[in-house]
Amino acid sequence: MSKIDLLRITDRGLYCDAGDFHIDPWLPVDRALITHAHGDHARWGSLRYAGARDGRHVLQTRLGESADIETFDYGEHLSMNGVSVSFHPAGHILGSAQIRVEHRGEVWVVSGDYKAEPDPTCQPFEPVSCHTFVTESTFGLPIYRWAPQSEAFADIAAWWRTNAEAGRASIIFAYALGKAQRVLAGLAHLGEASFYTHGAVERLNRDYRASGIDLPATTYVASVPRGHDWAGALVLAPPSASGSTWIRRFGAASTAFASGWMRVRGARRRRSVDRGFVVSDHVDWPALMSAIEATRAQRILVTHGYRDPVVRFLRERGLESDSLASRWEGEGDEDVMPRGEEISE
Amino acid sequence: MKAFARLFAAIDSTTRTNEKVDAVARYLSAASAEDAAWAVYFLSGGRPRRLVPVRRLASWAMDASGIPDWLFEESYHAVGDLAETIALLLPESTESSDAPFHFWVEKRLFALAGLDEEGQRRIALDAWRDLGGTERFVWNKLITGSFRVGVSQALLVRAVSRASGVPEATISHRLAGEWKPDADSYRRLVAEGSGQPDVSNPYPFFLGYPLEGELEDLGAVGDWQAEWKWDGIRAQLIRRRGSTYLWSRGNDLITERFPEVVAASEWLPEGTVIDGELLPWREGRPLPFAQLQRRIGRKNLSAKIRSEVPVVILAYDLLELDGVDVRERPLAWRRLRLSELIGSANAESRILVSPVVGAAVWEDVRAARERARAMGSEGLMLKRNDAAYGVGRRKGGWWKWKLEPWSVDAIMVYAQPGHGRRALLHTDYTFAVRDGDALVPFAKAYSGLTDAEIRELDTWIRRNTIEKFGPVRAVRPEQVFELGFEGIQASPRHKSGIAVRFPRILRWRKDKPVAEADTIQALRLLLEQTDS
Repeated sequence: MSKIDLLRITDRGLYCDAGDFHIDPWLPVDRALITHAHGDHARWGSLRYAGARDGRHVLQTRLGESADIETFDYGEHLSMNGVSVSFHPAGHILGSAQIRVEHRGEVWVVSGDYKAEPDPTCQPFEPVSCHTFVTESTFGLPIYRWAPQSEAFADIAAWWRTNAEAGRASIIFAYALGKAQRVLAGLAHLGEASFYTHGAVERLNRDYRASGIDLPATTYVASVPRGHDWAGALVLAPPSASGSTWIRRFGAASTAFASGWMRVRGARRRRSVDRGFVVSDHVDWPALMSAIEATRAQRILVTHGYRDPVVRFLRERGLESDSLASRWEGEGDEDVMPRGEEISE
Repeated sequence: MKAFARLFAAIDSTTRTNEKVDAVARYLSAASAEDAAWAVYFLSGGRPRRLVPVRRLASWAMDASGIPDWLFEESYHAVGDLAETIALLLPESTESSDAPFHFWVEKRLFALAGLDEEGQRRIALDAWRDLGGTERFVWNKLITGSFRVGVSQALLVRAVSRASGVPEATISHRLAGEWKPDADSYRRLVAEGSGQPDVSNPYPFFLGYPLEGELEDLGAVGDWQAEWKWDGIRAQLIRRRGSTYLWSRGNDLITERFPEVVAASEWLPEGTVIDGELLPWREGRPLPFAQLQRRIGRKNLSAKIRSEVPVVILAYDLLELDGVDVRERPLAWRRLRLSELIGSANAESRILVSPVVGAAVWEDVRAARERARAMGSEGLMLKRNDAAYGVGRRKGGWWKWKLEPWSVDAIMVYAQPGHGRRALLHTDYTFAVRDGDALVPFAKAYSGLTDAEIRELDTWIRRNTIEKFGPVRAVRPEQVFELGFEGIQASPRHKSGIAVRFPRILRWRKDKPVAEADTIQALRLLLEQTDS
């Protein structure tokens, strides 16, 4: 047991001694490998970054024009001080990756954030065999169980139709990076709907399109002249726009929040939105369990989310499991609005 | 059940009153009288007593969903609502039921009461198999006796009126009092004409709005009656056909809780209805509200508790005289009749007229409010002399002008997640005052912060937890809050020796260091001021 772990938590992040690099560090380091571009995983200030090629544009937007970012194809091997590292699709958002680290025959996989459901805006999650699996646990309780996403999108479409018939706009709050684009893509078949976007969403739409992702046509809200009739509009905005003055222009609109948290009624009511649609970019409880099983890992380290229950549950099923204290937040129930994302309105 | 669950979902997914009224009216128009009667029952807050112990329900749910009890507990902490937790954990329903709402309520829900554990289990499991999504959630809320929905009585009245075409005032009066949820009751409720169904029926209560602006804005002081606002149980005393009925504002029939008041009422003439406040009362002044709570809490009303906590009703208003509804008469007229009536019938001093504050100028009213605390009152009511006795909370005729709460600067020491709307976030806080170098917890508060502050504080709590006891976190004693409360009294049951009434957060004092928070001595001083 005295053997030093391949990866360990330091005050800066998850560190690999043998390879001398950090994964998703929360404080600046020399060499940072990034699972995906969300603010709690991709932080400013490190000297050099590496990530998956698909995420090139969104990473650059999030980390700033001057950030030194090198990107790699999924599955491509790079050597860091003799430690073999590769990125594998995590299915979370565009360019999201699990990071596989191999040294002297021992394999670790760090999941970052991930989901198992299909998503037209990113490569599907791919299970990677390993000895130790470091997994997120954002929705690591059995109350979190997603219905097929076709149901959620059908609900959104029905809600939008009712609003359109009543002459109202429909505003969906969704995280500007990833969720908003997934929702747009999921509603692309609503040919008759006009999609409008908040600046924060539009900025990332640009990156998605530049990366070759097909999104329906969107109109940037700020470019629409005053006095516009918003009846029937479908507006995508970040959660932080809720309750802001920006929202007033839409008049008596109906509001909704798209998130896995919406599975629980109290979470929706606290948001003070009319509707909550369960659309999550994280695994639910059953998918978390099958993903863990698919890695065939003997040891499971659990980070951000419901760590303790997941660890206990895994131990009761005979797996070696521990909680790993990171500063990653997953899909917080909070507004996530990292700097660099906003476009002035 | 399907239609009622849809109604619940419709109400639950909007904050617009009009949409809620529409949804309820639509449901009532389409429903059978049997179903509508139960909908009225549940929408007006009717709750059957708990029919199955929740432990049992939880254990069947654990079996059915195949998860261990500790994981069930964790899930419950995250959801904050037992009925919802169960609904979320159970496997998806495999059947679907078209049985009407009254069938589910009468033949399933209420059938539970007479069954043994195995019989109850079978009903619960069958229901979970037949009901999915919102239906299952609503069923669980009904079975746990915790069904609540965002519908006020006024909204329900509007909806019934819209569905039936009967005027709101008539519906409101017919709905006051106890609702018998059967088809006949519903047909009577929506029948044309102005028939008054029941001899025991109270009138809807009239309520005041908090005063906005200055006293002077109300016009001439002579047009207004100022009276003490008491902190007891608002009630209607009804004397009809030789019987007395005592109703609380929550539409509970509480006649049996107050035999001394009932005995005193036997002197009242036939056809009398009085609006007043039940108060624990000794030597011409009220006892603390907690004394009344102590008495209400007793199953058996012993001679001892009755002598320790004697109760009177202080009459504010007269609503019915000689069997005639006088609510449309001006307040000054009603008040005069009330004084004549009670002056002559008041044999045991259990029914008193609540005194009016004499005022020649508005300054007198202000001065009276300053005296309110010493009187044991929570402020003043201002009522227009020519105002009718209205229905519900309306602006204009009546204003309430309560005392500013007392306040102290206290330090947060514990936090735990809230329930319902506030589950997942830490929203229930325990506060302490300083006692030398120690901290003495003295109050819990749940409200007063904005949603943004709650989220900010939640993040702080998660990062500054010293110790966890189940869902409760002990946090670093670093955050100071200004707490307001309405009353204070000595309490041997509290560690601090002090209990405060209605504590709430007035402000987050980020500017205040812990060393400047208040001390236990400051609280004791406040206590002395009240006692004197």
